[in-house]
Amino acid sequence: MSGVRVLVGTRKGAFILTSDGKRKRWDVSGPHFAGWEIYHLKGSPVDPNRLYASQTSSWFGQIIQRSGDGGKTWEQPGTPPGEPTTTPDGMPKGESNKFVYDTFPQTGKPLTTHQWYDGTQHPWEFKRVWHLEPSLTDPDTVYAGVEDAALFRTTDGGKTWQEVSGLRGHGSGPRWQPGAGGMCLHTILLDPSDPRRMFIAISAAGVFRTDDAGKTWRPINRGLHSEYIPDPNAEVGHCVHRIAMHRSRPRVLFMQKHWDVMRSDDAGESWHEISGNLPTDFGFPIDVHAHEPDTIYVVPIKSDSEHYPPEGKLRVYRSRTGGNEWEALTKGLPQNDCYVNVLRDAMAVDWLDSCGVYFGTTGGQVYASADAGDSWAPIVRDLPAVLSVEVQTLP
Amino acid sequence: MIRVVLPQHLRTLARVEREVQLEVEGPVTQRSVLDALEARYPMLQGTIRDQVTQQRRPFVRFFACEQDLSHEPPDTLLPEAVAMGAEPFLVVGAIAGG
Repeated sequence: MSGVRVLVGTRKGAFILTSDGKRKRWDVSGPHFAGWEIYHLKGSPVDPNRLYASQTSSWFGQIIQRSGDGGKTWEQPGTPPGEPTTTPDGMPKGESNKFVYDTFPQTGKPLTTHQWYDGTQHPWEFKRVWHLEPSLTDPDTVYAGVEDAALFRTTDGGKTWQEVSGLRGHGSGPRWQPGAGGMCLHTILLDPSDPRRMFIAISAAGVFRTDDAGKTWRPINRGLHSEYIPDPNAEVGHCVHRIAMHRSRPRVLFMQKHWDVMRSDDAGESWHEISGNLPTDFGFPIDVHAHEPDTIYVVPIKSDSEHYPPEGKLRVYRSRTGGNEWEALTKGLPQNDCYVNVLRDAMAVDWLDSCGVYFGTTGGQVYASADAGDSWAPIVRDLPAVLSVEVQTLP
Repeated sequence: MIRVVLPQHLRTLARVEREVQLEVEGPVTQRSVLDALEARYPMLQGTIRDQVTQQRRPFVRFFACEQDLSHEPPDTLLPEAVAMGAEPFLVVGAIAGG
C-alpha cells in the first residue's frame, strides 16, 4: 500500500488530494468542473483509475462525468469528446445525463406519489444524483442514489441509466417525505458477501434492503423512533442521515439518524440505540474503522436547528466498543469558535495499516488523521463547502 | 446561420466559445434552434430543456433583440434578425441565489 487519493466534492467543483502512505504532504488538484456542485465522486473498487462524478446545477441539471485515469481527464460517458455526436443510425448521444423514472408499462402512469410538506401527495420529480456507488466486481456497473428518492443503475459505464424500480414499487411511497435537504436516496451499501443483498437509506423514508439484487425491497426500520412520527412502530418516514458497514461483518450496520445513533446486529431487522455518552446524538456522517469493525466515528452537532458543533468545538467522537462508550478526538481540530457542519457523505476511511480517517466541512476544510483519529491536520483549509469525501487506497 | 450565445457553464461543458453558429432547417423557432444545438452538442441535452418533457428548465431564460422570449411557445417564430443571423439567440442562466 503506497498512497491515497481523496476525492472531494464541493459546492463549486471537485478536488483531488493525493499523498503517499505517510499522508503528510499532499498534492491538490482542482477545481474540476469549476462552478458546478459536485455532490459525490467515487472510484471503482475493481479499477481505481475509473472514477465517476455527479455534477449538478440548479440551473442546468444533472451531468455524469467519468474518468479513466484517476481524475486527470474526464468525459461524459454518453458523449466522449472527439467522437461523432450521433450514433451510426443517427440517434443522438448525451444519454448519460438522462434519469427517467419508470412508469407502469400498460398505462404509462407514475409508479407512485410521495408525501409533500403540506401532507398532500406529490409526483416524483428528478432533481440530482446524490451518491454514486460503483459495483464491487464490475467497473461498468454503478448504482446512483437520486433526489427525488430512487435508485438507478448503469451497466455500460454510465452511458445509460435505468431505474431499479422495485424500490419505489414497494408500496410505501405515499408515506415517504422530503427532509430539509430534499427527498434523497443518499446511502448505498453493497454486501461484499452476498451480491444479491444491498442496503439503501432515504431521507425521510428510512432504510430498505433487497435480497434479490434489487427486484424486491422491504423497509427495515424496526426499533427506530422519531419524535415527529406519532406511530412508534412506523414502517417508514424516518429521517436516516447515514448508514455504515464494515466489509468483514455485513450483518452489522451503524446509523446516524436525525437524532440517535443506532446499531443493528441482524442486517437491519432490528435496531437499538448506541448514543451512550455522546454530547448530542444529532449529526450526519458515521463511518467504521478499516480494520476494527467495532470502532466507529461520528461528528455530533448541536441540534436539528443548530447545525454546528456544541460549544464551538469541532470534535470527532470514536467508539471502540461498537457504540455507547465514546471518546472525543480533538487533537489538531479547532476547539473554539468553530461553527461548521460535516455533511453525511463527507467522511471516509482509508485501508492503510494505520487507518486514515478523513472528513470535510461546510467551511471548506478537509481534515485527515493518519492514526485512526488520535490526531488531525487539515489537508486544505479554504475550499468551497464540502459535500462529499471519499478515499481510495492505492497500491 | 443562426447565432446562439451560451452561458459560461454550458460553454465549458460543450467546449465552445461564447457564441456558436448553427444551420437550422425550416422555420426558425426556439424548438428548432434548440434541437439543432443539442444535435450538434449532445452533451447539452437536459441542460437547457428537460430531457423528457422538453420544457425550459426553470432557471434558464431566452432572450433575443432585447426581448425576453422565455415564455413564448416553443414553436413561435423567432425575430427575423435572429433568423437572418444579424442578432444572436441568447441562452441565459437566471440570476438567483447568492
